[in-house]
Amino acid sequence: MGSRRHKNKQGAPPSYEEFEAKKNKKDQKRKRSESVSEPVKPNKKKPSFDNDKKSKKSNVQGKKQRKQDDESEDEDAIRKRQLEEEKSLPQVDLEELSSAKKSLFDDSEEEEEEQNDEFDLEGEEGEEGDEFYDSDEETRERPMFSDDEEDMEALSAANMEALSAKLDEEAALEEQEAEEELLQTNIVQPRAQILPTEEEEAQQSSGPKDVNILRTRMIEIVKVLEDFKNSAEEGKSRVEYTNRLIQDICDYFGYTPFLAEKLFNLFSPSEAMEFFEANEIARPITIRTNTLKTRRRDLAQTLVNRGVNLQPIGPWTKVGLQIFDSQVPIGATPEYLAGHYILQAASSFLPCMALAPQENERVLDMASAPGGKTTYLSALMKNTGCIFANDSNKARTKSLIANIHRLGCTNTIVCNYDAREFPKVIGGFDRILLDAPCSGTGVIAKDESVKTSRTEKDFIQIPHLQKQLLLSAIDSVDAHSPTGGYIVYSTCSVMVEENEAVVDYALRKRPNVKLVDTGLEIGKDGFTSFRGKHFNSKLNLTKRYYPHTYNVDGFYVAKFKKIASSPHDVSKAGAYEKESLARSEAEEEGIIHGDFASFNDDEDKDLIEKSKARNLKKKGINPTAKGKAGKK
Amino acid sequence: MRPLTEEETKVVFEKLANYIGRNIAYLVDNKEDPHIFRLQKDRVYYISDKIAKFATSVSRVNLMSVGICMGKFTKTGKFKLHVTSLSILSKYAKYKIWIKQNGEMPFLYGNHVLKAHIGRMSDDIPEHAGVIVYSMSDVPLGFGVSAKSTGEARNLQPTAITAFRQSDIGEYLREEDTLFT
Repeated sequence: MGSRRHKNKQGAPPSYEEFEAKKNKKDQKRKRSESVSEPVKPNKKKPSFDNDKKSKKSNVQGKKQRKQDDESEDEDAIRKRQLEEEKSLPQVDLEELSSAKKSLFDDSEEEEEEQNDEFDLEGEEGEEGDEFYDSDEETRERPMFSDDEEDMEALSAANMEALSAKLDEEAALEEQEAEEELLQTNIVQPRAQILPTEEEEAQQSSGPKDVNILRTRMIEIVKVLEDFKNSAEEGKSRVEYTNRLIQDICDYFGYTPFLAEKLFNLFSPSEAMEFFEANEIARPITIRTNTLKTRRRDLAQTLVNRGVNLQPIGPWTKVGLQIFDSQVPIGATPEYLAGHYILQAASSFLPCMALAPQENERVLDMASAPGGKTTYLSALMKNTGCIFANDSNKARTKSLIANIHRLGCTNTIVCNYDAREFPKVIGGFDRILLDAPCSGTGVIAKDESVKTSRTEKDFIQIPHLQKQLLLSAIDSVDAHSPTGGYIVYSTCSVMVEENEAVVDYALRKRPNVKLVDTGLEIGKDGFTSFRGKHFNSKLNLTKRYYPHTYNVDGFYVAKFKKIASSPHDVSKAGAYEKESLARSEAEEEGIIHGDFASFNDDEDKDLIEKSKARNLKKKGINPTAKGKAGKK
Repeated sequence: MRPLTEEETKVVFEKLANYIGRNIAYLVDNKEDPHIFRLQKDRVYYISDKIAKFATSVSRVNLMSVGICMGKFTKTGKFKLHVTSLSILSKYAKYKIWIKQNGEMPFLYGNHVLKAHIGRMSDDIPEHAGVIVYSMSDVPLGFGVSAKSTGEARNLQPTAITAFRQSDIGEYLREEDTLFT
């Protein structure tokens, strides 16, 4: 497969400049041979050579054509249009998309190459195709040199100027022609019909889905959506394409339409495809060195001796190791049992690094099981100070306690509260980590059930809880802490409802906190607005992580600094009171949003007319003139 | 959470003395960072005094663990050391046994220490004394009781048991369900 791909790479379509340069060269060569009276042997020989090649080529193409015959006609058209797009679009997207699933797409890539060759043939009026460029490059170059020399002999001082002027002129003319030609070929290409007709759809929905067709169509649609203006089929709207794509994603990857649409809306079409693809591939296994017991270099050495193939995760962490393969179970080596490392996803290093606890501080981890982050915090604090490791699920505290003891964290207190009970239990922390329970849309690769189990209700209930937790976290921090006063909020979800919306809510409800930079080297900025919702402008300080960009789980990290204390800090409200308060608040908001914004078209008639007229004016049409014309 | 009674302290310290002897003094007399023993449910925890004070704000039902769990009292009033206490025992250990690489895995699967697996052992181990088991790279693997004194052990068959295993770090996986709650 490798060699084949390599060959394909070679035949990439020439860029516009290359194309022109080649053309000019050829023209000049031809002209010279015409203008110079002497017979030029190498040139005479060459056409026959070319013909030979051409006939061979056409043979080859004939064969390939036959091979393609079984494919439907509209796919041909699709390819043509692809070709056209390749001219105008950057190549990268296509390459990436196709490389993701090589097996399937290799053939079509080859076909594209063939198409390119045909195109070149057409475009250059029977010059040899790209495929043979390398092989006869020498034979082509050499005659030209000899030509030049002969030219020089034939030239005399007298006719030199005239000749060169003539050459220049012709060159300019040719160039112009070439340009026109190129433009023409761009226009002439017909637009492909990608979306299935109703009959096809009915046929397909009855039988089992062909994944190959689905896949090809998804890629086509993404390409159309990228350059909708130039490549969309006449009379089809963007919505039609998008809907088709989302339905295909559901069929191909197994999402519910609701979730697929939600995830799709987060990205541009091509990025969304990358995201869905990345969710099918498991993230690499990573471990974190327990710096309380060993050093990364020593650990790596011992593990290598046990037959583990590993490598540091990246420059952004000094404790992470990535495991490629292992001859021993990585979760049962003597080093693991002795607490020298813990299996931990690379993404869950991030909130701990963002929190950056200092020695001798008092820290709270509100949802800590199974203890990966808690033990990291403890290691960062070098076992000083005090960590409250809370988890609301009693069964999960078992693994939490096991990990804490195995890794030798002596500064922890494990408690089993609903995290909303804080600060009633104890407040005044220097730092708080809230890795909130979430829908898990960032870890679909780890847990496939998310694809089908999440419903609209989840995306109301989960953020509802997250908001209360975040407010509790904010209230439990000591604003006057000399070293801290920070809160880190993180989720393993990519949804805006669970991330930016929750953070924005907290900023509105607690004016005594502000967002600060997370201090993380990698990650994309959070959204400041999303589909018509506008959030606090500081939300770009938060960080988003996607499986397809950093090869970590989908993740979100926000860091707050509490700048002043508030009356909420001393409130004795427990989880129950907070829940009832939040619920009544949500209901209140619901009432306002439900009944407030309805339109009365009759009353608004004047306004509607006015705005219509204004819109026409903007377009440069005189509304009154048009009206008169209509009356006549 | 409460301090141990006199009776309980006696039981715990007798047990600990098997493994660390007079070094118990270091456990209780730490001037810079005083540590104390606390009983929560039936488990005994060894914690820094500061952390113990913070832990008082957590109610008894909600407090799952604090500091290092040393072990638990059985229903009959005896004290059983848990593998979680290994970090403390290994720090102050009196008698030590080092086992070779080929003996590590058998030991971690819960077997006794055979003569053939021993790489090194302290010179003065008496019979039936508490010993801490290390790997050759000084990683504590567990603890147990010597079956023979060092002198007698020299003349043992390679397949004979030199130390009886009581606890090993393999329990973190094998006993996860029962060990921590």
